[in-house]
Amino acid sequence: MKHQNSFVHDTGSLSKLTIHQLADRYANGALTCDGLLHDLSAAIRSRDRDQRQIRAYINFDSIRPIRREVPKASKLWGIPIAVKDNLCVAGEETTCGSKILKGFISPYHATVVEKLLNAGAVIFGRTNQDEFAFGSSCETSCYGPTRNPRDPERVPGGSSGGSAACVADHTAIAALGSDTGGSIRQPASFCGVVGMKPTYGRVSRYGLIAFASSLDQIGPITKDVRDNALFLNVIAGHDPKDSTSADVPVPDYSDFLGRSIQGMRIGIAAPVQTPILENAVKVLKSLGAKVEALSLPHIAYAVSVYYIVAPAEASSNLARFDGVRFGFRDKSAPSLLEMYEHTRGQGFGAEAKRRIILGTYSLSSGYYDAYYLHAMKVRTKIKNDFDAAFKKVDAILSPTAPSPAFKLGEKAASPLEMYLSDIYTIPANLAGVPALSVPGGTDHSTGGKDLPLGLQFIGKPFDEGTLYQLAYAFEQATDYHKRLGNVC
Amino acid sequence: MGSLDLRHIARLSRLHLTDAEIKFFETQVAQILSFVDQLKAVDVEGVEPTSHPLSLCNVFREDEIKPSILLEEFLKNAPRAKGPFFEVPKIIESHS
Repeated sequence: MKHQNSFVHDTGSLSKLTIHQLADRYANGALTCDGLLHDLSAAIRSRDRDQRQIRAYINFDSIRPIRREVPKASKLWGIPIAVKDNLCVAGEETTCGSKILKGFISPYHATVVEKLLNAGAVIFGRTNQDEFAFGSSCETSCYGPTRNPRDPERVPGGSSGGSAACVADHTAIAALGSDTGGSIRQPASFCGVVGMKPTYGRVSRYGLIAFASSLDQIGPITKDVRDNALFLNVIAGHDPKDSTSADVPVPDYSDFLGRSIQGMRIGIAAPVQTPILENAVKVLKSLGAKVEALSLPHIAYAVSVYYIVAPAEASSNLARFDGVRFGFRDKSAPSLLEMYEHTRGQGFGAEAKRRIILGTYSLSSGYYDAYYLHAMKVRTKIKNDFDAAFKKVDAILSPTAPSPAFKLGEKAASPLEMYLSDIYTIPANLAGVPALSVPGGTDHSTGGKDLPLGLQFIGKPFDEGTLYQLAYAFEQATDYHKRLGNVC
Repeated sequence: MGSLDLRHIARLSRLHLTDAEIKFFETQVAQILSFVDQLKAVDVEGVEPTSHPLSLCNVFREDEIKPSILLEEFLKNAPRAKGPFFEVPKIIESHS
């Protein structure tokens, strides 16, 4: 009891707890939801005042809790969840980090938000992101960059940089992100937290502002693997409002936690053996898993396929931002055509323009076959590689990102170099398979601070459970989540 | 792979770009396109394209009337609205 009291009176420490720790406190009556929200607000305000300027939230000074009256036994009762700015929350400004959506108040909730509210969660704060989720550093937002709480000189990764940063910085208990080419997993790796991109179709995309509709998935970013499983339990499942959401039964993911991984088969296809990967292999082998080399011959083409397919879909999805129905409009334009062109010219940032140009080009008459159609065929070959691999192994292991968090501005001048930071994460989006990033250790090579590095497990379609089983076993054996201070 | 006419592409995209932007993007987009040219090395003879990771087709639902969000709710977001309509600059030229 003394222990609990000391937590309650120490402002900011409740925000350091995990979903499952908070659930335990609610269950034994040691905590009220208002007390938790008060504490979290204090933590957010203190971060806003400090010198590090993390800026994970875009609305840090105007966060208001959104909740529903549901039974206290509900799965995420009283758990505050931060939400990426590309997910619609009714009555809240939802801008996708873009000037062109400034002032847009969503008239409805995204399905994931509905599900969270129905499970008792509290929607608490909107997190920063790259504009339209175009980016790997959270630097292209119209609100300015978010910084990495592990080292404020560095980026938090992207595009869900705000979501990963607030979880790592203990200004959120957990957060929603979206992942089109690594936008949940790469920031999870850079910030040292757990991020899951579920199977394409596992989570409804209704109310997610579309980037690339054949690649986008929504997923949880959390402090540990258990929280991630509890979170996905709530948001997964078929939704009639999203015709691409899959009507596949959702198991209780927490059932997979603590199961032995003895005899499980893990494939490794990464050409580079990093110390993080070598260590992971040692750990997994010591837990009884069988690790074998694997060939995914077309994976080397994944980044190229992605930078044809994703901008093509994006250029089409972003056609709706024309100044007619919502958001920003250049009201000085005299004609309709000029209104479209100038609204878009002023409303979109540089990376959005770059991708619209690329996508329009590869879909334009004369280039469609050479670029878009060809890329879709190579995508088939990448998907076939995964199908073949999963006949032999239960999961594929790789680093999440080729490096730890880089410095702000370091890759801003070279889009191509930025794109290559997603080299390990993109293949799972192209194949539609689930993939999870869990803290895999730290990197000392950059001199200064120990920077977290993620380890990625890629799984069979709709087999997120196996990824949780493996990641939990690894997490419990290594304790990186505790060493990083995610879990007290 | 063909010349890159950025003005044409910008026109197709309904995207106004300044001269400086055209110059800026020309180099970068050319670099990206030359990078993705590595795909040409992949033999895709007889391979079906994947436009989507799930093999879904024609997802049907019952044709039922359900409550929808009120028109006024949507019009609240319009940069300009008049009555039940979105208002835009005049499209038809007048000859008077």
